[in-house]
Amino acid sequence: MNAPLPSTHYPAATGAQSAESHTLSVLVDNEPGVLARVIGLFSGRGYNIDSLTVSETEHQSHLSRITIVTTGTPMVIEQIKSQLDRLVPIHDVTDLTVAGNPLERELALIKVVGKGEKRVEALRLAEAFRAQVIDASTEHFVFEITGRLNKIEQFVTLMQPLGLVEVSRTGIAAIGRGQEAM
Amino acid sequence: MVRTMTGAQMVLKALADQGVEHIFGYPGGAVLPIYDEIFQQDEIQHILVRHEQGAVHAAEGYARSTGKVGCVLVTSGPGATNAVTGLTDALMDSIPLVCITGQVPTHLIGNDAFQECDTVGITRPCTKHNYLVKDIADLARVLHEAFYVAKAGRPGPVVVDIPKDVQFTPGEYVGPSNVRHKTYRPQVTGDQEAIRAAVDLIGGAKKPLFYTGGGVINSGPAASQLLREFVRLTGCPITSTLMGLGAYPAADKQWLGMLGMHGTYEANWAMHDCDVMICVGARFDDRITGRLDAFSPGSTKIHIDIDPSSINKNVHVDIPIIGDCGHVLEELVRVWKARAPQVDKAAHTAWWKQIDKWRGVDCLKYSGKDDVIMPQLAIQRLYEHSKDKDVYITTEVGQHQMWAAQYFRFEDPNRWMTSGGLGTMGYGLPAAVGVQMAHRDSLVIDIAGEASVLMTMQEMSTAVQYDLPIKIFILNNQYMGMVRQWQELLHGKRYSHSYTEALPDFVKLAEAYQCVGIRAEKPDELDDAIKEMIAVDKPVIFDCVVDQHANCFPMIPSGEAHNNMLLGEGVSDESISEAVSEEGKVLV
Repeated sequence: MNAPLPSTHYPAATGAQSAESHTLSVLVDNEPGVLARVIGLFSGRGYNIDSLTVSETEHQSHLSRITIVTTGTPMVIEQIKSQLDRLVPIHDVTDLTVAGNPLERELALIKVVGKGEKRVEALRLAEAFRAQVIDASTEHFVFEITGRLNKIEQFVTLMQPLGLVEVSRTGIAAIGRGQEAM
Repeated sequence: MVRTMTGAQMVLKALADQGVEHIFGYPGGAVLPIYDEIFQQDEIQHILVRHEQGAVHAAEGYARSTGKVGCVLVTSGPGATNAVTGLTDALMDSIPLVCITGQVPTHLIGNDAFQECDTVGITRPCTKHNYLVKDIADLARVLHEAFYVAKAGRPGPVVVDIPKDVQFTPGEYVGPSNVRHKTYRPQVTGDQEAIRAAVDLIGGAKKPLFYTGGGVINSGPAASQLLREFVRLTGCPITSTLMGLGAYPAADKQWLGMLGMHGTYEANWAMHDCDVMICVGARFDDRITGRLDAFSPGSTKIHIDIDPSSINKNVHVDIPIIGDCGHVLEELVRVWKARAPQVDKAAHTAWWKQIDKWRGVDCLKYSGKDDVIMPQLAIQRLYEHSKDKDVYITTEVGQHQMWAAQYFRFEDPNRWMTSGGLGTMGYGLPAAVGVQMAHRDSLVIDIAGEASVLMTMQEMSTAVQYDLPIKIFILNNQYMGMVRQWQELLHGKRYSHSYTEALPDFVKLAEAYQCVGIRAEKPDELDDAIKEMIAVDKPVIFDCVVDQHANCFPMIPSGEAHNNMLLGEGVSDESISEAVSEEGKVLV
């Protein structure tokens, strides 16, 4: 009368929707443990974090702004926003991607070691990318570069054959376009 | 008026100001200053449990049967980690608790001090919110906030971790009226436009169904009354989750019984076939939905929930209404009366006719035996003997829990305490302690399995100490019954470690605890034994020896749709043919 039983008592995963990337801006009380709450929510519920930045932005009211870039199906993105919103110390969750093409910038510090032609080429490229030299010796440069994600990716790729030894990146800071504020 | 007092005094003062009368706990080094204050007052009664998990479950039982916030007090380190299961249970079932934990002195935090653990780190994912209070200036505010957060919006457990030095430090106490939470303001009233759209949709439905859950119970007794009024106004059938039992009276003709994995035939078929589903305070849990792509495929769905993250989590709904069930139901009743929609009477009659056919299957029928007690019979007899009393039921987790949900009939809310979301074996006995503490003169019964109850059996000692005449009604089949059932049906009858070869003699165990032990082994002994259990004014362990191989039916095999149910042997094939259309037979 019945089809063979599957040997689990949980329903199967449903068909996947396609994933999309969203940038969320989360305003939180700057109190101990608040970042752990946000990160724990993502790891505990199996959501992705592609980039995360956090800093106190309003000193008088002790508010911090967390910028999270995440990927998920539309249903998962909605879940992430409602799950974040119900954490007690969270003031506001804004999906900058829904509001429309947010301004996103990242800063990277890049150490390149080398001599001769490679060193000259590295410096030439840095000028083209408007990267600044913030530390140097006869055998190395540290560049500071700010910009969109793909500009930084491209610069790092170009530096690879020229003696790239170390990269430090801040993660994305983002803000909505236009005169409206969060 | 500003009053100066120590942190420990502040804890007692804040609890009293919050209306706390009972607190369940266990002392230890890091909470001694608070215990010292408890000793010197008599406003709040402390109930000494035998294990911290028991304290949390007792507070859960207390909270669920009274609608108040349950309170727990435990020490640092192992005290806190032992409480974790109970806290997780309360989070999953949305039970309001405040759990105060002691912590090592602030200067030792992070030093691996004796009985230190990262309590806020460990309990962060298993509480609604938690606090570590390092400054006495924050203590009173945090304690009052904890009560607010525990009960506001979707309720849940809150931990307040207080280092021992803070308990000794003097500070200024502020009362609850001076504390207002900075950010947390859950939405309680529903959107009017959505409410009107819901009324129109229900009014025009041909095959409507109410699906209600624990949210109605959590909203308070008024919500249950409003639910009854609205369901009767609309004439719709109603089913409920495990957590929602009692919100709608089981004796009512519109009641279809519980739905889900072990729900009734009529409730599950109605869920599958309905055209409008009104979900009130339930969360489309996997025990309810089964296979998601086949869950109530033809219905337009209305979902009332206080937690926005419950909306569209598992199932897409058409009309979400965010708000407290009580408020939204009140509005639904008002708008329904004002708009007075003309329901399609012919369609409703046909729907009820179909439901009556499903009811005709008599899905809870089972084959009785002369020489051995069937577990279903035991619950039925227990119900018959206790239904006219002021009775509260708790359960452990497993087959007995499902049989209790199926065969015990609840007419009122807050009478049924069971671990739904987490499924915590060992919940029922300490929960019964908490319920009895709040309702000294009522009949409190833990419907238990012999495996579950052994997990927290030590709390019998608590019941004896505080004269709590709880009745532990054990359906003893020597197996972890639900595990055995799954092994039989899904794992080729390989009963791996689900049989307990060395059980204690429960009657002697009862005597060892200085309570009363009763055993029933044959069906003809059952009635007298149950009467005796109810008559005794002491805690009782009742060892009801039942059929070892009984299975819990109906059952939706997992990953299946609601119209694909396994039924017990007692249900005849003819009754199924009567109930199921040709189209449906292909599916069954």
